[in-house]
Amino acid sequence: MKANELDQIRSVIKTNKRADLIFALAGFLALMVGVMAFITLFGEMVANGWERINPDFFTSFPSRRAANAGILSAWVGSLLVMLVTALSAIPLGIAAGVYLEEYAPKNWMTDLIEINVTNLAGVPSIVYGLLALGVFVYTFGFGQSILTAGLTLGLLILPVVIVSTREALRAIPIHIREGAYGVGATQWQVVSDHLVPYATPGIMTGVIIGMSRAIGETAPIITIGALTFIAFLPPSPVTDTVPFLNFEWLFSGFTVMPIQMFNWTSRPEEAFQQNAAAAGLILVLMTLMMNAIAIWLRYRLRKSISW
Amino acid sequence: MSTTEQNLPVKAFTRDFNFYYGSFHALKSINLPVIEKHVTALIGPSGCGKSTLLRSFNRMHDLYPGNRYQGEIVLNPDNTNILDARVDPIEVRMRVGMVFQKPNPFPKSIYENVAYGLRVRGEKSRSTLDDKIEDALRGASLWNEVKDRLNQPATALSGGQQQRLCIARCLATDPELLLFDEPTSALDPIATANIEELVTQLRDRVTILIVTHNMQQAARVSHYTAYMYLGEVVEYGITDEVFLRPKKKETEDYITGRFG
Repeated sequence: MKANELDQIRSVIKTNKRADLIFALAGFLALMVGVMAFITLFGEMVANGWERINPDFFTSFPSRRAANAGILSAWVGSLLVMLVTALSAIPLGIAAGVYLEEYAPKNWMTDLIEINVTNLAGVPSIVYGLLALGVFVYTFGFGQSILTAGLTLGLLILPVVIVSTREALRAIPIHIREGAYGVGATQWQVVSDHLVPYATPGIMTGVIIGMSRAIGETAPIITIGALTFIAFLPPSPVTDTVPFLNFEWLFSGFTVMPIQMFNWTSRPEEAFQQNAAAAGLILVLMTLMMNAIAIWLRYRLRKSISW
Repeated sequence: MSTTEQNLPVKAFTRDFNFYYGSFHALKSINLPVIEKHVTALIGPSGCGKSTLLRSFNRMHDLYPGNRYQGEIVLNPDNTNILDARVDPIEVRMRVGMVFQKPNPFPKSIYENVAYGLRVRGEKSRSTLDDKIEDALRGASLWNEVKDRLNQPATALSGGQQQRLCIARCLATDPELLLFDEPTSALDPIATANIEELVTQLRDRVTILIVTHNMQQAARVSHYTAYMYLGEVVEYGITDEVFLRPKKKETEDYITGRFG
């Protein structure tokens, strides 16, 4: 190779590499838009709400005096609503996803259902609120209760759970299924002994993404008529007498974190804005914690599943 | 037809067997015996239908829509046509084991992999499971390598060990017929030699039908060979005869490497 040819190649490489650098910079800036937005929002909440966060804030009911107000009823409400959401959405979503992916015949009906499920994930949450008001509150007579709220949010995240179940099932290689069928397993044995266990990390990701969305939902909860000022706790689910479980809490009135926040932000006093920021901070931390648990569990489960 | 000209018992045979993927006629009037306690090899170029034929013997094609069988595949001694609509494909798979092209252990422990076939057959006794698992792993020449780590994940084993584990998984359930679908195509030469050794050990115990890309492999491990081309069995006979004195020109061309 002649010297001038080598120079030519080097200059071409140099020009080509310039594009690399430009994209790296542009990409970094694009990433920073998201990161900075989050840091700013989070930072502002920390700055405004930090002083209010102390043990009393978690153990006090809301109050007309900002300094005495706390989020006890809100976080307990959120936790109980999430419990109902998880218990309703996870089994329903997994069962529906497994059926669609493994059992349903592949025809236009299935395609139609599939499109609908995907679309449901995009329906505005307030529409779910209206549906729940009509069906759960009035028709079924569940009232404006934790049960109603939990089921409503369960419906809201159902499409996410179904879609992630299907995707997790589809990621299982065909030769694993054939191996199981090959030794004489029935479809149900293949599903319950292999497919669902191996799909669990993927399904959990979907569940947690859904739950993180649900915990911050406000519109459908307001629509079904959650209380905004509440100075009592639902009856405890666990009791000290046989049978140690109590289901009255399901029908109790409640409030949740985002509603408590919304209530405080709509007050004129500066001190309540601080409360709102503190509650917001806790809500974000709750979501982050859920995601952290999900990532950790997924990591642990994935380690044992490979092909 | 339950014995051949040499009066050897036939474990299974196909009679005018045709197979369709949708409208594609993949296998055409196949008539092939599988001699009991011997190894029968299916050879032929890619796309000739040898894997399709193999997978018909345990009704694997039933898992996918649009596939159609025609004719008969008969399993002895009960003379059952396993393609009959009244025969449950799960019953067929319980009688006919299969080892796949790519080792496919379940992401479970070594123990649970071998136990699975027994578990779907309802075996619950721990001591019976232990015994059968040890026998199967010994049968697959894997026992000495894994006996101290039965509870470790199967996916941590090497490719060759995984394939022997898959063989053990089949052996545990004592199949009447064992199908091998190019079992060494994903393995290195040493692991391949191990599997071939294992096949020659197993052939006194179980009837084997093996698909292979590798003609030397067919020559080394099989007693009978069928050469397939374009969905038909061109030539079938004793392996030495097929390789040394092929009757058909096409077989000779393929075997000598002039084609394929």
